[in-house]
Amino acid sequence: MKAKDRELAALRARIAEISPSEAQRLQQQGAALIDVREADEIAQGSPPGALRLGRGFLELRVEEAVPDFDQPVVLMCNGGTRSLFAADSLARMGYSTLFSMVGGFSRWKAEGLPFEQPSQLDSLARQRYARHLTIPEVGEEGQAKLMASKVLLIGAGGLGCPAAFYLAAAGVGTLGFVDDDVVDRSNLQRQILHSEAKLGMAKVRSARQTVEALNPTVKVDTYETRLSSANVEEIFAGYDVVVDGSDNFPTRYLVNDACVKLGIPNVHGSVYRFEGQASVFWPGYAKRRGPCYRCLYPEPPPAEFAPSCMEAGVLGVLPGVIGLLEAVETIKLLLGVGDPLVGRLLCYDALKAEFRELELQPNPDCPYCAEGRAFPGYIDYEQFCHGA
Amino acid sequence: MSGTVVIRIPTPLRSYTNGADEVALEADTVGQALTTLALLHEGLGERILDADGKPRQFVNIFVGKADLRTLQGLGTSLAPGDVISIVPAVAGGRHEGEG
Repeated sequence: MKAKDRELAALRARIAEISPSEAQRLQQQGAALIDVREADEIAQGSPPGALRLGRGFLELRVEEAVPDFDQPVVLMCNGGTRSLFAADSLARMGYSTLFSMVGGFSRWKAEGLPFEQPSQLDSLARQRYARHLTIPEVGEEGQAKLMASKVLLIGAGGLGCPAAFYLAAAGVGTLGFVDDDVVDRSNLQRQILHSEAKLGMAKVRSARQTVEALNPTVKVDTYETRLSSANVEEIFAGYDVVVDGSDNFPTRYLVNDACVKLGIPNVHGSVYRFEGQASVFWPGYAKRRGPCYRCLYPEPPPAEFAPSCMEAGVLGVLPGVIGLLEAVETIKLLLGVGDPLVGRLLCYDALKAEFRELELQPNPDCPYCAEGRAFPGYIDYEQFCHGA
Repeated sequence: MSGTVVIRIPTPLRSYTNGADEVALEADTVGQALTTLALLHEGLGERILDADGKPRQFVNIFVGKADLRTLQGLGTSLAPGDVISIVPAVAGGRHEGEG
């Protein structure tokens, strides 16, 4: 006989074992039902009202949960063995009336007794996201989805800052930032993750600090580099959504091509003075076939047609509006709710205070996203965009 | 008989229209409308159409909500009151040359 079995036999002699239905009856009469299983087991279901203390922390937590040492206590685990050890330990602590539930949660469930799948959110998360939890489209399940999601922001600039700020507030689990720039005073008119005190600091570092101050539960990944054909797939791997807030055509085409290849939704935004546009380029969207960026713009404008620095400029709040539209689209995609901007270009004219929508169609001959095409490979994006 | 249509001018091209955000003109087809626009505003035509008179690859043209490519191209006929939108590719988010 193994030592374990000798010990169990001795425990069974000392500790009363009861069936799940008897345990339920005792619980209804005021006994404490303590579930000592691990968190991943409890996530599969646990009796309503059970105290989920965990075997590892049981002795440290039990007194707070059951302050009356004469209150009857029923211990349960998954099969009825760990609960015997747990009951023995509580007996040594001084609890007077202890039971171990035979067959554990497996038998509880098999006998058709009620159980619930307890919250995946801790009490701090429940407070933080209280206004999400009351929305049926988000709720606990949706919030848990957001917390398990990963979003990559291309650029911690005018669009990336407001988008990331709200995605962090919303509890998106991981935010990645790709940017090789440092904070300049002229950024501060719109790039709201940065501040006067951070002038000269890498934007990705500044972004991390601000995001972590707002919501320390968000994991921030920083890539202080310029996106290139060589690093794009390594960086994009594992992200659920890419938010494009880049400032140059080579990056926009590269982001598009990588998203098409990897099947990642590309949430697009661009701004110019008082005008902005947002869309979602995601040929893989199941409900509607939309275009990729290349369907819309097969080629970038040559340098002589691209607006000069002198002409450019933007109302600081404008990328805020567009970046937040990108954030909203991102959250909808992560939750799988609503109708995304796939195949639709939403145009905002701040001077007119007007939103317009244009319909976008996929190009059936698109070399990157057309059906049945092999991915043609990454190209020299600088050459493609700035000419020979 | 021609009707009056409106062409919306995107911000990056307004330097050619003295800042005007819309140009109203008479046209039966999209091709006619763009040709007339080019005559009215020097330098604007080549920003939108290439040497063969086709819309450039980095410019999208819409009639109402519909992409010209899904209609009959430049031959698409217009009804009075139609709105043509010109939507060029814009890189911006951040702005180059800013540091």
